[in-house]
Amino acid sequence: MDINTKKLKKNGFRITTQRGITASRIRIPGGQLDAHFLPIIKEIADKYGNGTIHLTTRQGIEIPGIDFANISKVNTLLQPLIEACDIPQKEKYAGYPAAGTRNISACIGTPVCPYACFDTATLAKKIDKLIYPNDIHLKVAITGCPMDCAKVRMHDFGIIGMTLPHLEEDRCISCGACGRTCNIKSVGALKAVNFRPRRNEKKCIGCGECVLVCPNAAWTRSQKKYFMLTALGRSGKKNPRLAQTFIKWADEESILKIISNTYSFIQKYMNGNAPGGKEHLGYIVDRVGFPEFKKWVLRDVTLPPIAEVSDCNLQTGLKY
Amino acid sequence: MGFVLDPLAFETLLKQLNTDSLIYGPKLYKNGGVFADTDCCRYGKITSRADLVLDKKSEFSFKEILTPVSQTMFYFIEDEIKEASVQPQNIYIFLRSCDLHAVKVQDAIYLQNGQPDYYYAKIREKVKFILIGCPSSFENCFCVAMGTNKTDAYAFSVDLKNGNYYINCQNDELAPLCRQLATKEVPVTPSFVTTNTTSVHCPPAEKITRDIAQSKLWDEYNDRCLACGRCTLVCPTCTCFTIQDFFYSEDKKTGERRRIMSSCMIDGFSKTNSNNYRPQKSQRMRFKVLHKIKYFKEKFGFNMCVGCGRCDDTCPEYISFTECLKKIDDAISEVRK
Repeated sequence: MDINTKKLKKNGFRITTQRGITASRIRIPGGQLDAHFLPIIKEIADKYGNGTIHLTTRQGIEIPGIDFANISKVNTLLQPLIEACDIPQKEKYAGYPAAGTRNISACIGTPVCPYACFDTATLAKKIDKLIYPNDIHLKVAITGCPMDCAKVRMHDFGIIGMTLPHLEEDRCISCGACGRTCNIKSVGALKAVNFRPRRNEKKCIGCGECVLVCPNAAWTRSQKKYFMLTALGRSGKKNPRLAQTFIKWADEESILKIISNTYSFIQKYMNGNAPGGKEHLGYIVDRVGFPEFKKWVLRDVTLPPIAEVSDCNLQTGLKY
Repeated sequence: MGFVLDPLAFETLLKQLNTDSLIYGPKLYKNGGVFADTDCCRYGKITSRADLVLDKKSEFSFKEILTPVSQTMFYFIEDEIKEASVQPQNIYIFLRSCDLHAVKVQDAIYLQNGQPDYYYAKIREKVKFILIGCPSSFENCFCVAMGTNKTDAYAFSVDLKNGNYYINCQNDELAPLCRQLATKEVPVTPSFVTTNTTSVHCPPAEKITRDIAQSKLWDEYNDRCLACGRCTLVCPTCTCFTIQDFFYSEDKKTGERRRIMSSCMIDGFSKTNSNNYRPQKSQRMRFKVLHKIKYFKEKFGFNMCVGCGRCDDTCPEYISFTECLKKIDDAISEVRK
């Protein structure tokens, strides 16, 4: 058997423990899929796979047990699903065009979760269109609020929803619920001054707990959506580390620009001799330094006036 | 007197009223909801018909205009005081039949309960009411059970039908303006709800005995209730307030005294110097519910609860007032057996 494994992998298939047997990796940005398309997955699993599916750690679906010979048939069946997820393709019925830039994972977001500050799946799809298809290995994850259920600090870029709370002083009944909740569940950014909460702007992480718990709509959310952008988190064998906060109070436009700038940075500095011809972003930044990374990614970015940019300390994480 | 006003004429009517009066009504606050990307319908100043929301129940009631959430009573410098001025304009408030009945409750508490309340009276005398016709019941409404689905205590009524505003004007001063703006003069009867999807039998006050007050039916609220106070803050008939002295200087010689809306449901409200006489949430729920359907009625002769259902709409723990009424009703039947 002769098969180009590099092409196979880029096409969204996998080399497995069983010779000649692959698995199809279905990309679902934001983990949101119209249930109408589930029968396609079942059909592929039953007809060409081993009848099982695996829900992946990045919110995709993997169908194992597929014979190499059936790859093009699987790609044909996948077409409506690829279109439903609005995934950019080079050629119809040819399956996925790249695998390097991973599926954008996200928590469930505003349509369902009361804590969420924005619609995570919609942003996931927007980012997917911006950076996919691409062979550069990059992981982006999105979460609706600073609770970070999507564990975005394990990723190259993490996007955390924030809301800038506004207090209409004359609706406040001094019940103290916001202050108590902020202390217990969040960062303790509220202090009572003359019976009313005063927000420590430096401390506040925009989680929205004060708005959620306010019984009289004295606290409300900002019209504009804000985000915390975390950078350079990673799992892995060498030096796994949690991402630090790169920008607090960023807006969507800036984040999209920063992520797309990152691709130019990677192209410029990636060590082509790295295994598999790819070097992960975090290790590139470890080599060239954070200031250089910052210079590249913030090029032509106009942040909101309240945004706070920090330097990430790269000397953290687990070292063996 | 009935009039039909087209949208432009209705807009002119609002503008005319706005020249020497303030108008308040249900208004949509975009992204003003608790959750992201949700709106909040609550009372606000109306300057155009586009502001006015006639097809939704407001989350909070009109009472914020009669008894502001935060109201400065007077300012003080050492031993001198200056009364806070009240804005001089007259006020029109758009509200539904249930809420008009709630005005009766507010009046009873603030004006007919011993010495009339000075601050309430000063605002109240400026207010006229515009009835919003109610063609159909909203979720959790139980006005029919509480007998508050109909009213005639309004200056004029408004029903929006097929793009036109149907007005029944009962105010002689406003009638000429309505007539001048109307495209037609026809008999108009405001819409009143006659059935609710939430059907409940309100237990009669005299049947609610001490046994009910001591029943185990209240116990579940200890676990379920958060004591957040939302049910009472949205309630058009709740009147609890507290007093705050807001000092401008550290020597506490200058400042202002404010009256702040409060709630019998929140922690600390029933705390006195040495005692908290309703520490448990079950006790607060019992007090609130029995006030609404028993204690108030014993004093004033009519029910306090008007059946607007806002408490049920808002409770984050899905505690239902009407379900509680059913439990009381069942407990009464059990005692009778």
